[in-house]
This record gives sequence, structure tokens and C-alpha cells, in this order.
Amino acid sequence: MTATMVPARYRVTDRRRETADTVTLTLEPVDRPVAPFRPGQYAMLYAFGVGEVPISVSGATPGGGVLHTIRAVGAVSAALCAAAPGQLLGLRGPYGTQWPLPAPAGADLLVVAGGIGTAPVRPVAQHMVEHADRYARRVLLLGARTPAELLYPDQYDDWRKAGVDVRVTVDRADPQWTGPVGLVPALLDGVRLDPATTVAYLCGPEPMMRATAQVLLRLGVPAPSVLVSLERNMRCGVGLCGHCQLGPALLCRDGPVLSYDRAAPLLEVGEL
Amino acid sequence: MEGQAAPVTLLLASLAPLVRALRAQGYTVVGPTERDAAVVLAELDRADRLPYGWSVQVGPARYRLDRDGTGAFATVADPQPWKRYLHPPRAQVFSARRGPDGEITVSEPDPGPPPRYALLGVRPCDLRAIAVQDAVLGGVDTAYARRRAGTFIVAVNCTEPRATCFCVSAGGGPRAGAGADLVLTELAGPDTVEYTVQAGTPAGVELLAGLPGAPVPAGTAQRAAAAVDAAAGRMGRALPPGDLRALLAGRPQAARWDDVAGRCLACGNCTMVCPTCFCTTVEDTTDLTGDVAQRWLRWDSCFDLDFSHLHGVGPVRHSVRGRYRQWLTHKLSTWHDQFGGSGCVGCGRCIVWCPAGIDLTVEVAAIAAEEERGTVAAGTGGGEGGTA
Repeated sequence: MTATMVPARYRVTDRRRETADTVTLTLEPVDRPVAPFRPGQYAMLYAFGVGEVPISVSGATPGGGVLHTIRAVGAVSAALCAAAPGQLLGLRGPYGTQWPLPAPAGADLLVVAGGIGTAPVRPVAQHMVEHADRYARRVLLLGARTPAELLYPDQYDDWRKAGVDVRVTVDRADPQWTGPVGLVPALLDGVRLDPATTVAYLCGPEPMMRATAQVLLRLGVPAPSVLVSLERNMRCGVGLCGHCQLGPALLCRDGPVLSYDRAAPLLEVGEL
Repeated sequence: MEGQAAPVTLLLASLAPLVRALRAQGYTVVGPTERDAAVVLAELDRADRLPYGWSVQVGPARYRLDRDGTGAFATVADPQPWKRYLHPPRAQVFSARRGPDGEITVSEPDPGPPPRYALLGVRPCDLRAIAVQDAVLGGVDTAYARRRAGTFIVAVNCTEPRATCFCVSAGGGPRAGAGADLVLTELAGPDTVEYTVQAGTPAGVELLAGLPGAPVPAGTAQRAAAAVDAAAGRMGRALPPGDLRALLAGRPQAARWDDVAGRCLACGNCTMVCPTCFCTTVEDTTDLTGDVAQRWLRWDSCFDLDFSHLHGVGPVRHSVRGRYRQWLTHKLSTWHDQFGGSGCVGCGRCIVWCPAGIDLTVEVAAIAAEEERGTVAAGTGGGEGGTA
């Protein structure tokens, strides 16, 4: 029907379990790869016969492949999470707006992410690691409901070794947890930032992003320098199906990444 | 230089030669016809299947045909908009097959030669609606673009606006604008009916050249023009004046949304009959073996609870208030942001086919009045709701 809605075939070459309900799939193109993904963008992933869902890109492979971290929250995402190495999936994309990278030289880079929201900012974390000299400060604040639900915990030390200030909190500790307990925005308390040069990348549940953004605005970070990744019911990815509207925005094409000056008035209205 | 001498306006005593000429050129002629006490769209093999003699009484939740005239184009707000042909209710996206080794092949449905529709009897409001859908779908839906490219449009100037018509206040009018290959004006007398027909495109000029018409006498041309001009002053309704885009963008907390939510059944009729509503969803199916899968696009409605489903949240627009507000605000306000113009052409179908008789012109006027009074209903569902 529409060329833009026919998926390309990608093969699962690796499946790595992240948490009880979340896996990271490495997908390599079977035919011609789609255009390269930019950080913040997403793909429509198709599980044979089950359906298609939007999944942000979490990384790339040298061969034109992509990494997707997927949480099983419904029939399609569960089927994707169950895809074993060797299995074929459909992929369309890249879709949507990007995290603005690189940020201006000398900026303070701040990532604040919660739960599965850590997946779309992983390319930003990677950028922080690879561009140590470009930025004044690099801060990564992460959270999850429980320690077992933290994403990519084995990478935190690598990121720290590269000079990134990584701080992690959980809503509910377990007996082994020695870190802070509480909501992610609270981690901002001990962080030094230059508000005028801070660029903040937020991804997680909307209440968490709003709370974080409000703290940042109070600190004096300009709203256009606060980026949020929003989610609605993206079905087509190309702005023809109407499902992902958030007021004036068609989030599948105008998002998922919006600056907070644009997002704030939209998030203030319930049921928009 | 015969081409330059070709007439661009003719007087036709009958539409039969027009239908014959279109069919001879390979077009599938689609036009209105009477069926089961409504005027619906169908493939027409001859002109006398047009709904000659029928007119219509319309109002909120009311549509009654009367057999009291001679013309073919005296009804308005008929239930089927033309999008049924250009943006069909169901279309296959692809099919996929899984082989015994687990390999998957994906194939697009064979589109075959593009359909060549001649849409006969497109009112000026509906002609604008086609342009609105062109702006939404034309650039992203290749199947739509194919269907649209092969389409020949015969518009009909409107001389019979009715109680639910408000095209003038929606930025249009009873005279067909650009986009039609031919434009008819129907001149219905007590016993006879004749048509002036004017070409709007080279394809229209070419078709006109083969029709057995006569030059239009000056008096007839004047009569036709006057009938169309008069129609502009006979609109049954009007949207309130002013900047409706700004009004609705700024009134998400209007008390009127609660009022209309008490009447709206969230049935989605308005979205189905609206000539510009374009939303679709996808359906995935498999056969009994599980090895053949298909994906279909089908019309969807923003009144469906599942439309805004988000994992971990459920439906973002869980109340009828939220869904009606989405529909009306999208139509008159955020459509501008998304597609560069209004999504309403003033055809009145949503008023006629709403089982609760909800009239968007009344709802918008109430919201405008509320703004004028400067009242904001406190605590009516705004703020922290929705996706928390």
C-alpha cells in the first residue's frame, strides 16, 4: 500500500537479557540496510503476524545494524523480546527527531532517565564517553523502581572511568543496595551545573520528566536547552495515521524529542 | 491551432454524453445515486442513475429525502464522502510469508494498474476536502497518490445549500475552486434540467471538446452565476467569526467540553462521514497455519477508546470529554499546525449524522461565548490528569 510502511528484514544476531522483562536485541540487515539512525530516533519493529511497535534506537553496529532495548509490555513487545538469535524481524525507520548532538563545546551535558527511558539516552551516554574533552561536565542520573530493574548496570563503571558523573537511585532498595533511594529528580540536589550552558536530555515517565524539567528551570536552565522524549501511540511513523497526536504535534514526525519550551504547555493539559 | 479554439464552456441538455465520454476514456465513473432512502456513492454506468428529482431535508441528526424536484444535485450532507474511493476504508499494506526454515519474505500487494476514477458531482465543499486530504496523505501515502493521480473530477457548483451547510464561514463557498477538471452548474426547471459545464484543466478541455453541447447563451450563463452567488447567502449555519484556531488552542479547559461530553455517544459517526478525517489503524492477521501474515490499514476514529492507547497508561484520552475535544480542536485548530490549514470545509455531515444531533457550529460558538465571558471552569479535568 505505501512503500514507507513496508518493513525491511533484519536478523536477530544477539539477544541479551537486561532485566526480567527487558532484552536488548542486535539486529543486522538481511537486505539493504535502512538509513543510519541518529540518537533519539526510533524504528517500527514488526514481529511476524503479531504487529508493529515503535522502539527507540539504543546503539549501532559497524555493519549497519542497530541495537534496540525492548521491554515486554504487550503482545508485540513480548514477541519481539522472545525473538531468538537467527530469527527475522521487520524494521522500518529511522523515524522522528533527534537528540541534538553534539551540544555546544564547553557545555554541561546532563542526562536524566528512568526505567526503560534509559534505552533512548544510551547513545547520549556513549557520546559523553567519546567526547570527554568537549564538555565541561558530563552527568548521568539514572533511576528504576528496584535495583533489578536498572538498565545497563554493568556499563556504569565504564562510563565512570571515562569521567562521566554517574549517579543511580531506586524507588525501592533491596538488601544489597547501598545507593540512594528516591525519585530521580532528587539526584539533582548534589549535582553542580552551570545552568546557562547546561543541555539536558530527559527520558522516562512523563511525571518524572516534568518534575525534573521544573527543577532545571528553577535552577535557571533555559527551557529550549531541556530536551524530553515523549511517547504516544505511534502506529505509522510517517504522519498519516493520526494516532500519536499531542495537540499540534504529530509525535511520530515532530517528536519523539521535543524541547521543553514546546512540550511544557502540551504536558500541562490532561488527556491531550 | 484547434486546441486554442476548443470551447471551455458548454450548455448540456443531459449528462448522458458526459458519462459515456468518461467511460469511453477508461474512467470508472463514480457518482451519487439513490439507494435505501439515502443518496450514496456508486459506480454509475449511465447518467440516469443519478438521483434526479431527489432533494433532502437536513438538520441535526436528521436526513430525509423528498422527491420534489428535477435536478440530480439537490441533496447535501449525503452519508458517504468521496474519501471512500481515494482513501478506502480498508487497504492492504503488505503480506508476509514464513518458510519452513523460518525465513520470512515480505511483499507489497500487487497494485495493478492504478484505478482511474471519474468523480461526478463533487460539491465545492467536498472538492476542498479532497485538497485537504491531498495535503495530509499525498506526500506520505504512495497508494493514495497513485489513486489521486488517476482521478478526474467533475465538480458541481452548489445552488441548493441547506440548513446544515456552512461552507462560506469555513473559508469556502458554493462556487467550485481550483482542482476540478470540469465544473457543472445545474439549472433545474419545473420540467427540465440543463447544465453549464466549464473546463478547469487541459484534461477537462479535451473531454469537453467531444461533448455535443451548445454555446451557453448569455442569459443562461447569467442565471447560472446568479444561482451560485445567491447560494452563498443561503447558508443554514455559520461558524462564529474570529480566529478559531487560537480560540480552541487556548480553551482546553472550557466548561463546554463537559457539557458536550454529556451528549456525545463517542460513536465516531462524525469521523466516518467527515470528508477530511483521515485517521487509520493497522490490523495484523495470520492464516490458520500461522505462516502467512497480512497487515491492513483501515479507517479508525479518535473516538475509539483504544485510539490513544499507551502502554502503562491505558487510553490517554479516557473520557468522552477528552475525545470530543480532540476531534473538534484537531479539526479547527491543530490541523493548521500539522497540515497548514483548517480540517473543516463546512459540509455539515457531522451535524446531520450525529445520532445525538451535536452541532459543531453551536459548540464552537458556545466556547467563543465562554471566552468572551472570560470564564474558566475551575477543576474540570485539566492539570495533572491524563498520563500521570
